This record gives sequence, structure tokens and C-alpha cells, in this order.
Amino acid sequence: MSAVIASHYTADYPSIAPSLPGQNLPWLQQLRSDALQAFSAKGFPSPREEEWRYTNVSGIEKKLFSVSANQAESDVADWLKAYQLPDAWSVVLVNGRFSAELSTLGGLPDGVSVISLADALATQADLVQSHLGQAVSLSEHSFVAFNTAWFSDGLFVHVPSKLVLAKPIQLLHIVTQADVLATTRNIIIVDESSQANVIETFVGADNAYLTAAVTEVFVGQNVDLTLYKMQSESEKAYHFGGIYIKQDRDARFTHHNFAFGGLLARSDIHADLDNASECVLNGLYLGVKRQHIDNHTRINHLKPYGISRVTYKGVLDDKARGVFQGRVIVAEDAQKTDSQMNNRNLLLSVDAEVDTKPQLEIYADDVKCGHGVTVGQLDDKSVFYLQSRCIDEETARNMLTFAFANEMVDKISIKSLHDNVLEQVLARFPQQGVDKEWL
Amino acid sequence: MLSIKNLHVSVGDKPILKGINLEIKAGEIHAIMGPNGSGKSTLSHVLSGKSGYTVTEGSVTYQGKDLIEMAPDIRAREGVFLAFQYPVEIPGVSNVYLLKAALNAIRKHHGESEVDAMDFLTLVKEKVRLLEMDEKFLYRAVNEGFSGGEKKRNEILQMAILEPKLCILDETDSGLDIDALKIVSEGVNSLRSPERSFVMVTHYQRLLDYIKPDYVHVLAHGQIVKSGGPELALELEEKGYSWLEEQVAA
Repeated sequence: MSAVIASHYTADYPSIAPSLPGQNLPWLQQLRSDALQAFSAKGFPSPREEEWRYTNVSGIEKKLFSVSANQAESDVADWLKAYQLPDAWSVVLVNGRFSAELSTLGGLPDGVSVISLADALATQADLVQSHLGQAVSLSEHSFVAFNTAWFSDGLFVHVPSKLVLAKPIQLLHIVTQADVLATTRNIIIVDESSQANVIETFVGADNAYLTAAVTEVFVGQNVDLTLYKMQSESEKAYHFGGIYIKQDRDARFTHHNFAFGGLLARSDIHADLDNASECVLNGLYLGVKRQHIDNHTRINHLKPYGISRVTYKGVLDDKARGVFQGRVIVAEDAQKTDSQMNNRNLLLSVDAEVDTKPQLEIYADDVKCGHGVTVGQLDDKSVFYLQSRCIDEETARNMLTFAFANEMVDKISIKSLHDNVLEQVLARFPQQGVDKEWL
Repeated sequence: MLSIKNLHVSVGDKPILKGINLEIKAGEIHAIMGPNGSGKSTLSHVLSGKSGYTVTEGSVTYQGKDLIEMAPDIRAREGVFLAFQYPVEIPGVSNVYLLKAALNAIRKHHGESEVDAMDFLTLVKEKVRLLEMDEKFLYRAVNEGFSGGEKKRNEILQMAILEPKLCILDETDSGLDIDALKIVSEGVNSLRSPERSFVMVTHYQRLLDYIKPDYVHVLAHGQIVKSGGPELALELEEKGYSWLEEQVAA
């Protein structure tokens, strides 16, 4: 049955294909054709698949979201004002298409590429070819196949070795039109001993649309890379965003995932760790109304001495549903692995729900691994402590709810992004007792 | 200031306090001593309004008002301050934020406007120096990752800023080394005034070397079994509590 529905999108593909970048590259045409085949065979993921059991995306199949033929006549000034970070190099994609005039890329150091993926395919196709599809394969699941066949553009970053980028790089992904399919493919390559910060921002107008983004990240030896994702899509939108990371030895990678928007939003963050590399995955998901927010982390310790820390927190109100599936796999070779995974959830209403499933798969015998999960309400001791400090109960509860979330926001070290995310948090929860001026 | 009359308190079906009588006048310091399980902490919790305790008999009057009827935050705004035995860690809320929220809640309660930001910082920094704390503490999350001594100092800092009328110190000396005990005690002593009263709940006499009480009461099996001056504390230090407990049992 899913094959029939998949053909719904597959049938639309020939009309879209000519507008996709890389027409002149046989290897890419082949890859897209393989991807189309892989997608057509299975359709979108089904809850029958273990890693999708709590998330049903069949709503996507009831519509036909389609790639926007041209980027944007739409006025995006307000979006830029609200979300384009003043102190970053930014690449702006509107309805899945790169906009050169909206992007701010002046003053990049020599040798650093921050360009659209379409431009990269035109100017450095070899580098794209040697990375595209290397951090994640078509068989991962059919969103990856779908993205590979359909991607219309994206961000391409290459930082050569021994460079410290003075400013962060921002991918600002704006969807303004209804029923748009924004399939974005991003490639981030940071070579040996460099440092960089990259931010993915996903926002959109109050419409139904589908964002299906895949980001492949290559973290070279001894690199320090921090990636932020701020997903604040429309509450009518579908969002899939997969981030697949390959870490070389001694590489440090940190991810901060802020999942606030979408009717149905799913993030995959999967990292493969080499010798003594370190991976920190932080996440905060806030669900209200009927939002469904799913986060899926996977850390593959392939070699010894790796360190990983996964900390995800969720706050769910109304009839919102959260999902956290976290897997840590420690290969037989990965002795001395040190891994901790933690997922804490706050349910603010009786109708809110969370499914949390941490999994440790350990094949080595000399490792230190742990995980913990909590699902609950606010701690009474904390409420009383605040009351004994003159704060009324309702305010105390609001304050503690905010504080629970703010702990993750406070980990952001880029001031402009911190303030931006903080505003998103404040906009979603009762603010009485949370005085922004004092924060 | 505070008048406790024939106070009986239960937790579930279990009576803990069995008829406490205590009069505390403005400016006085009363020490409540007693062995573990005597009901000392229950008394401080009941005075501050913690849930889980049932007052089955008697009354507590604070400045002419029925204290038991008031919600914990109202008590605090009216000037009752509990320095916790185990201060709670509140990740995500900075110290300075909590102090400002608390101070403004008190001002609002008394029909005053919010505190001026500059005045507030001046006040807070002055008190931070008094307690020999690092200003960085202000911007850290409330009690998070603080040592035992830092937490207790933080309680006294809050007290110094909120200027309560009735201060209840619940086992403030527990977990303090001698240097921290001195600093905390000096902080408390600097807050002594003819308008402010203190109830110090403590197991050991040690704290009373630094903060001189006017009266000492011994609590055993939910009752005050002996009251006296500061010399009573010394007698307890020497003889322990058992001779008094035996008197009650007999």
C-alpha cells in the first residue's frame, strides 16, 4: 500500500527533476536515480519500522508537497530581521532555493567555502562527490533516499585545516509558500585542527509544507565543531531533519538541537566516532497543542577512548507528544568508551505524552556507560523553596518550567543565537513569573 | 512577634508535636535544641508552611495574625524566613534572578513599586561582601553545584537582602566547617536588631558559641521539656539529652 502512495511523489518526480541542480553530472544523476528507486520501493517510513514506531508520517502522503519552481518573490524581510544573525556569515534558502542577494558572505577567510550546494556542484564537484552520501547511506531510511533524489539546493561548507573561524556560519531556511516541498542537502567539511560553529535555522510561514533536510558533517582529526539547530517551523508543517556526523580521531563535535516547531517534526542525529573522539548531543523539545516532536540520537563508538554525552530535555503541554529514542552502540573494538545518556521530561498536562527509549548496545567489555530517564511533574521541594522565598505557587511553577528549559538554552555560547532561542522559549510557555528583563 | 499555643502537629496519623507553647518577643533569639526525632525540624517546617503536616490542635499567632492560615509565600512576604537545613538546587534560575523576584514580591505585597535596578545591585553587592562571597555566585544557578558551606551562606545572603522579621534557622550549622560557621554566624549577628527575632533549631551547642541566644528550649518527644538561658546549652553539651528524655518518659 505504501508503494502506491509513494508513487504519488514518484509520479511527480519527472516534472521536478529538470529543475534540480547537477544535471550535467552523471555520477549525481546515477545517485539520484538509485535514490528514487530506493524511495519508490518503500515510500515514507512506516511505524512498523522500529525506529519510527512512535511517529506516523502518513499525513505527508495525504498531500502532495511540491518543489518550488522559483525561489522567492515573497517578501522575507521580516524573517531576516527576526532570524538572520547579525554576527554570522549566512546562507539563506527561501522555499528550498538559495538566494545570493539575501545571504551575507563577505569577508570569509581565504580557502574557506561557504556556498550553496548548487554552486559547489558547479565549482568543486569532486569534493562534493567524495562526500555526498558518505556520512549516511540511502538504506538508512527512506527520508534519506527521498532527500537524495529530490534535493533542490543546500549549504556547502568547507573549512581547510588549521583555521579558527571568527564568526559562526548560519543556514537560514525559510519557507514562505504553502504546500512547498523544501528538500535541502547540506555538506559540512571541517579539516584537521580547525574550529567552527554552524547554525541551522528552520522557520516558515503559517502554512502546511514539508521540510526534508539532510546534513552530512565531516569532522576532521582534532577538529572542534559545534553545530546548532533551531527548528521553529510553522505549527502546520512537517519537518524531517537528519544530521549524520563522521568524526575522525580526537575530533570534538557538539550539537545543540532546539526542536520547537512543526505539526510533526523529526530529527535524527547520528554520529560515528573514531579513536578518542568526543561527541556531545544536547537537545530541548517543547511541544504544545497537538504537536508531535520526535528526536532520534545514535552514537556509534567504533574505536577506543571515545566520549559521548547525550542530554535531552522535553516539556510537553496540551495534547503534545514527544518522542526520544537514543541509541548508543559500543563496538567490540571500542574499549574504554565513556558514555552517558540522559532524557528528562516534564509533562504539564494530563493529555501530554512522551515515549522515551534509551538503548545501550555494548559489545566491548571495558567501558563506562550509563543512561537515565525521568518523566514527571515539577519537584515539590523546589516549588516550596521558591514559595518560602515569597514567590506564589503559580509563578514558582512557571519559573521552574522555564528554568528546566532554560538550562539547555544557557549552553549556547553565541550571544545573538542565545537571545533568539530564549525568545522562542518565552513565546511558548506561560510567562508570569519569568521576567525577561532580568534574565 | 510569635506566639505558639498548645501546638499539636501530625504527619499522617502520627503525632509529632504534642502541645508546644512558646512566646517570642521582638529582638529575641531562641534556640530550640533536642535529639534527633524530637520534632525540631517539624516545628520549623510548620512555621514556614511546608505541606504534609496537619495542625490538629492549638494556634500559631504571628504579629497578631493566624500564621497557619497563610500560604507559605504570604508568610514569607509578611517577614517569616526559613533558612533551610538542605537548601534546594534550582538549575536554570540564577541567584540574582531569585533575589530580585523575592524582593519585588515583598514590595508588591506592601504596595510598593519594584526595586530600582541600580539600587538593587548596590544592595546585593554590599551583602555579598558581608558574607565574603564571590560576586560570581550571583549569576550562578541557585545552589547548583554549591558546597554545603556555600549553600548555607547563600541562605544567609537571601536573609540579609529580604530583611525578614522572624528568621528560622533550621540546623544552619550542619555541614559547616569552622571557617564557614564563623562567616555565617557573623552574617546572622549583623542582622540582629530590636525588631527582628530568631528561632535557631540546632542539635549541637556549637552554633550557640557564635550566636548567643537569649533563651534555650529543649524539645523531646514533641514537647518542650526544659527552658532556660544560654547556660542550659552548656549543661546539655556536658550531659547530653538522655537525662531530659528520661524525665519525659517517666
